[in-house]
Amino acid sequence: MPHSAISIKNASVTIGGFAALKNITVDLPQGQIIGFIGPSGAGKTTLMRGIVGRQKISEGSITVFGQAAGSPPLREKVSYMTQEISVYPDLTVQENLSYFATMFGVSPSAISKTVEEVLAIVQMKDKAGQLVSKLSGGQKQRVSLAVALIGKPLLMVLDEPTVGLDPLLREQLWQLFRELAEKGTTLIISSHVMDEAERCDDLLLIRDGELLAHGSPHDLRVKTHTASVEQSFLALVGSKR
Amino acid sequence: MSLLKTFTTSKRVLSQLRHDPRTLVLVLLVPSLLIALLRYVLDGERHTFDTISLVMLGIFPLTMMFLITSIATLRERKTGTLDRLMTMPISKLDFIFGYAVAFSLLGLLQACLASWVTLGLFDVPTKGGAWPVLAVAVLSAFLGTALGLLTSAFASTEFQAVQMIMPFIFPQVLLCGAFVPRDSFPTLLHWISDILPLTYSIDAMQQVVKSSTWTSDLTTDLLAVLGFGVAALIVGSLTIKRQE
Repeated sequence: MPHSAISIKNASVTIGGFAALKNITVDLPQGQIIGFIGPSGAGKTTLMRGIVGRQKISEGSITVFGQAAGSPPLREKVSYMTQEISVYPDLTVQENLSYFATMFGVSPSAISKTVEEVLAIVQMKDKAGQLVSKLSGGQKQRVSLAVALIGKPLLMVLDEPTVGLDPLLREQLWQLFRELAEKGTTLIISSHVMDEAERCDDLLLIRDGELLAHGSPHDLRVKTHTASVEQSFLALVGSKR
Repeated sequence: MSLLKTFTTSKRVLSQLRHDPRTLVLVLLVPSLLIALLRYVLDGERHTFDTISLVMLGIFPLTMMFLITSIATLRERKTGTLDRLMTMPISKLDFIFGYAVAFSLLGLLQACLASWVTLGLFDVPTKGGAWPVLAVAVLSAFLGTALGLLTSAFASTEFQAVQMIMPFIFPQVLLCGAFVPRDSFPTLLHWISDILPLTYSIDAMQQVVKSSTWTSDLTTDLLAVLGFGVAALIVGSLTIKRQE
């Protein structure tokens, strides 16, 4: 069993009287791709925000690499890509990346090399001088992902990173995620696309703020006697009714 | 707090404006054009123009920087960039002072142009000269930035952010003593105007007109405006939460 990177104990989140997360307890392994799967509004984003420390946990606790989620030492180890295109539309790709690199703590002398590296990874080198507002949706998405790659974080929390991308690029990004995980990076990736779930090492099926199931895609299929994660999700939802 | 991160944030904010030339032109030129307009509206009333144009040099930077900052901050909150920054190893003060420095610089440019038009082109007499006028204008810009940062916390849409100028800026303009002398106010209104920052900007401007030396009242006024601005920035930083 791999070493656990994130430990969530009885975590509940209530936002304005609405129970967004209900008593979630789970340990997540290091160096793996962990999928948060579930319909929109299920609580995936809330759980991610809890892990990066943006969302206050009403009850229970979340620890990341042994420290309370969001505590200052973690800010240099964790990157977060929100569901919105969280980069500045009125800056060029290059200006965005240089800015966020400085904020992430990359030293001034290493900025241009870092920017070049992450641009190469998301294949946006030729667009470095373009304003983000002039890019297509998929290209904006890649700039946002490039920001999350800055500084080689130990944990990357990516909220729907492949939405709206063409199949070829999606395939390339999943290869990238796999390479990062093999080098020891822990990746949390949310998706409501079930075929992406099959590519994760570890899955959390989330619905209505509850953790329906946790395990590898194989485990989940075996447990529910189904042929795909999609079917096991349906089976689990059905058995709850 | 890190100087590198603060100034890099200022540079980023200014780069955003550089890519938005229309906003830049509006911010830099419109105050000067309005003062020129005022000059010809008050063509036969030279004395009135002399008084009002200087008051405007205090009010324009306040209102424009207030509007720009509240929209800019609201955008940071809405587009996820603030979310991202708050998970990074930066201090909230880097973010806030980064904005304050950037927009105060912009306010300085705006004030230089508008002061040149007022004092140079239209020969509005001030005994104190151009420097104190610029100082008042820049501090007003800083104050506008600080108030914009603070009030954007109470707005959840652009419509609301723009409307904040009504409750937060207009009463200050009415009560600052520029149009009606403060001495003629009822006691309660006088007290209220005592605690409004623009009152001190305008009083400073009036000092510059009257006095050929840098008076201690002028220093007090400028420190008051600076103090209000810093206080608004600090309260504003409390409205930005690491954890929501």
